[in-house]
Amino acid sequence: MQIDFLLLSILTPLAVALAIGLGLPKRFAVKLAYLGFGVPAVIAVYLWWAFPATALGDYVFVSRYDTGLTGLGISLVLGLNGISMPMFLMTGIVGLASGIYAINSEAERLKIYLMLLLIMQAGLLGVFASTDVFFFYFFHELALIPTFIMVGIWGGRDRNYAAMKMTIYLTLGAMLSLIGLIALYHRSGADSFDMLVLRETIMTQGLVEGDQKVIFGLLLFGFGTLVSLWPFHTWAPLGYGAAPSSVAMLHAGVLKKFGLYGFVQIALPLLPLGAAAWAPWLAWLALGNIVIVGFITMAQSDLKQMVGYASVMHVGYGLLGVACVSILGAGGVVLFMVAHGLSVALLFLLTTSIHHRTGTFDMDEMGGLAKKAPVLAAFFLTAVLASIGLPGPGLLNFWGELAIFMAVYDYAMWMVVPAVFGVVISAIYGLRAMGRVFYGEESETFIKHQTENPVIDLKWSERVPSLLLLITLIALGLWPKAISTPLNAALEAIYPAEEAPATEIVQKQRL
Amino acid sequence: MPIELLQKAAADNRWVAIGPELMVGCLALILLVLEIVLPKSRHEWIPSAAIVGLLGIITAFLVNYHTTFVGQTTFNGLLRHSGTGQFLRLFFLLAATGVCVLGMVALKRQKMPKVEFFAITLVVSGAMMLLAQANHFVMLFVALETVTVGFYILVSYTRSNPLSLEAGLKYLIMGALSSGILLFGIALLYGAGGSAALAASSADSMNFDSLRVFLYANPDNVVAAVGIVLVLSGVAFKIGAVPFQIWIPDVYQGAPTPVTAFLAISSKAAGFAILLTLVTVFDGYQSLVVGVLTIMAIATILFGNLAALTQHNVKRLIGLSGVAHAGYLLIGVIAAIHVPFAVGAICFYLFAYMLASFAVFGVMTHVSGEDDADQNLDYYTDLAKTHPFLGVVLGVGLGSLAGIPPLAGFMGKLLVFLAAFQAGLYALLGVAIVGVVISIYYYFGWIKAAFFPQWRPPVFEGDDPIPEPPRQVVSASASILLATVALASVILGFYQGPLGAWLGLN
Repeated sequence: MQIDFLLLSILTPLAVALAIGLGLPKRFAVKLAYLGFGVPAVIAVYLWWAFPATALGDYVFVSRYDTGLTGLGISLVLGLNGISMPMFLMTGIVGLASGIYAINSEAERLKIYLMLLLIMQAGLLGVFASTDVFFFYFFHELALIPTFIMVGIWGGRDRNYAAMKMTIYLTLGAMLSLIGLIALYHRSGADSFDMLVLRETIMTQGLVEGDQKVIFGLLLFGFGTLVSLWPFHTWAPLGYGAAPSSVAMLHAGVLKKFGLYGFVQIALPLLPLGAAAWAPWLAWLALGNIVIVGFITMAQSDLKQMVGYASVMHVGYGLLGVACVSILGAGGVVLFMVAHGLSVALLFLLTTSIHHRTGTFDMDEMGGLAKKAPVLAAFFLTAVLASIGLPGPGLLNFWGELAIFMAVYDYAMWMVVPAVFGVVISAIYGLRAMGRVFYGEESETFIKHQTENPVIDLKWSERVPSLLLLITLIALGLWPKAISTPLNAALEAIYPAEEAPATEIVQKQRL
Repeated sequence: MPIELLQKAAADNRWVAIGPELMVGCLALILLVLEIVLPKSRHEWIPSAAIVGLLGIITAFLVNYHTTFVGQTTFNGLLRHSGTGQFLRLFFLLAATGVCVLGMVALKRQKMPKVEFFAITLVVSGAMMLLAQANHFVMLFVALETVTVGFYILVSYTRSNPLSLEAGLKYLIMGALSSGILLFGIALLYGAGGSAALAASSADSMNFDSLRVFLYANPDNVVAAVGIVLVLSGVAFKIGAVPFQIWIPDVYQGAPTPVTAFLAISSKAAGFAILLTLVTVFDGYQSLVVGVLTIMAIATILFGNLAALTQHNVKRLIGLSGVAHAGYLLIGVIAAIHVPFAVGAICFYLFAYMLASFAVFGVMTHVSGEDDADQNLDYYTDLAKTHPFLGVVLGVGLGSLAGIPPLAGFMGKLLVFLAAFQAGLYALLGVAIVGVVISIYYYFGWIKAAFFPQWRPPVFEGDDPIPEPPRQVVSASASILLATVALASVILGFYQGPLGAWLGLN
């Protein structure tokens, strides 16, 4: 019998969550939780390793399950292609890192915390493993619901308000996406949610331009809200500010990529005309993310808020890459998503580590931490450099951003200027935060705090997940071919419509 | 009357076809007999007997689910047996079981005669089962009145409580009014359909089949059109659609909690069963029916959700949110005119709604004191901490009502939306989305109260301590019910399996 690894990777965390929910004693629950996060990570790495180089645009590791609604074209279909495989790998790694961190955190009611986090992880894996659009959405919601609850129960400042605001914004975004996906299901004439059937129907029958525009519009604002597209982003910094660190890691790192992934995997290849019509809007709004939110980020004095805003700002690059509507842009977006997922998760983790040592998120009340915790300082510096996209630790971010900038250059030359300016902005706030937290004089409040809580350097429970994220980031940065070859093959296979307008333009010019 | 006609009529009385209804009726009588026969100390067995009996009937019904009567009319065209009818019969049986379990819990705290509650619940459920198969206005009206009269008693059951009495009075007046409107509409349709001057008129114009033919033949008859609107209005009272929803908050609050559940679940489903039958009958006046139902659906969704926003009494809240659910279901009914699988979608929605409602009402009966009408949102503070089981069940129930994946309620909404999409009801879908997003606020507010740590004012010395919110001990039968509905809500979200096949969705 062949083992369906994708299903196994989704079911393991769910099964562990169920076991914990049924009242497993705490010491077993904690050990089992390692399994719940570890197995998917191992599977993700294995599937990446086993991913056949010959799979062009096709899905591999495909399996199909009937859930009782096949008559309506809904069935659980799992599989990976070149686009989803890197995301799946990233999900496995970030999930394991945040899982290890959560297990060793001293959260109140740890069992329920782990249970919800495991459900979230199962949902995240499901999002990228589904090739059925319905289940793609379904798993996203499965991951989203625990987020609200965890922000509400274990959150920090303003948790009630933050949880409520997140819930309403994200529900609105999810509902719009759902309507968009149903519209795609129905108007394409496929009457099936299976990505392959959808693709084939649209390829053979085409989709009217008017329909494409409406559907892409719905998806734009639906996915956009979920990705924190400016000006629908206000839930994100607030939510991340309040969220417990493992949740922020998983949400900002992985879950938020749902929308961008949806654009790359579904909206762009299936709705090229709609994308072309909306691209200028999306590009302008994405610049809003990069420049306006960039300035807001610089003004933050709260470290966690700053990281939250920074993640909103960086998402702008992804959206800009989507707006280019090209293979290069889409490829850049996927590389960027993997890199950003790893680096932002690392930043959130280290931010909480800093909080544990200083007792505050206010950067004015910190300073000189590098002397007391040099390892933490080193890690934080690498994370900051990575998120800026400097070659070195941030090589993968660099590749992603470079590809996006090149695509933007093709799309609208002048837009490269504000986009690159964004990099400068992120260097400013990143390095300034570094200086305010780790160097300079120790502030009075920090000295006072130290008298009661002497600072210790990074513990192993913090080092292991940080190293895990960092090593993956650097390894993929040095060897991006490991994910970019299948990615490129998949993009070239499913973005055929894109060549047509280009050749048309060339022909026109010749005439 | 010629003897042959009577013989023919008698031959058509296939009593086996309504076996389940007869058994439910007999069970009600047996309960009353048991009350006389058993000694007083054994009276607490009677509710259990009702539940066991119902479970037996459900088992028997499931065994014969695919009966040969499906697709036939019996009793001289009074009843028409259909696949949807079969499913709804099962639905009403299950709902009756749930209401009986809730009744056991809630009535324990009251010094009231208990047996009548169960007997009336059974009779009303039997009538609803007939209602789902009615094929004749006489059948429909008699069954509907049996339901309504039963509810008059049930709503004011705790007669020591003024709020319950007020609710009973309100329900009586509103119910009588709605029955009057319905009857007036039926009379107009009967008159129009029976006038020999018009094409395709029939002596038996109350029969749905002949009425349908008549309406097709006379698409512009004003009297019939007025009759149709009046009949729809009468039904709208039952499902609590705007503008006939005014009775809902007060009656839901005042009625004992199991009765509120019964009203919210079975009474609403019965209304939709009638509506689904009637839209096919009124097919000749499609544009009128669609127009009336569309306006109703929009108003119902918006009113229900907006009005629920400000409620602090959870019974009123659930009542008004139920109004909004009626609105979503109305979209399904409109879609059902063009899209066949919409009927299955509505049934699935109702089933998911039943599971979720029982979860919520089940928790409500455990989080209230003597006074059943006093159900404040504040009583739910820290429920998840002190009673994790009740907290989880409440969370699942509310999540399912809010339509959050992976719960059954989401699948119900999805199926209805899919049907609406196929029918091209884009404007209605837009309204529904707005409604769903608004509803998140109040459902989530409730979840927040139960799950999230709340700030509490400090108690100073000399002040009266804040009274502990009322909590009841969960009995074995109640915990079985709650666990079942919560688990079913979760499983149905992932795997629809046989249910999808029964409803023609597979």
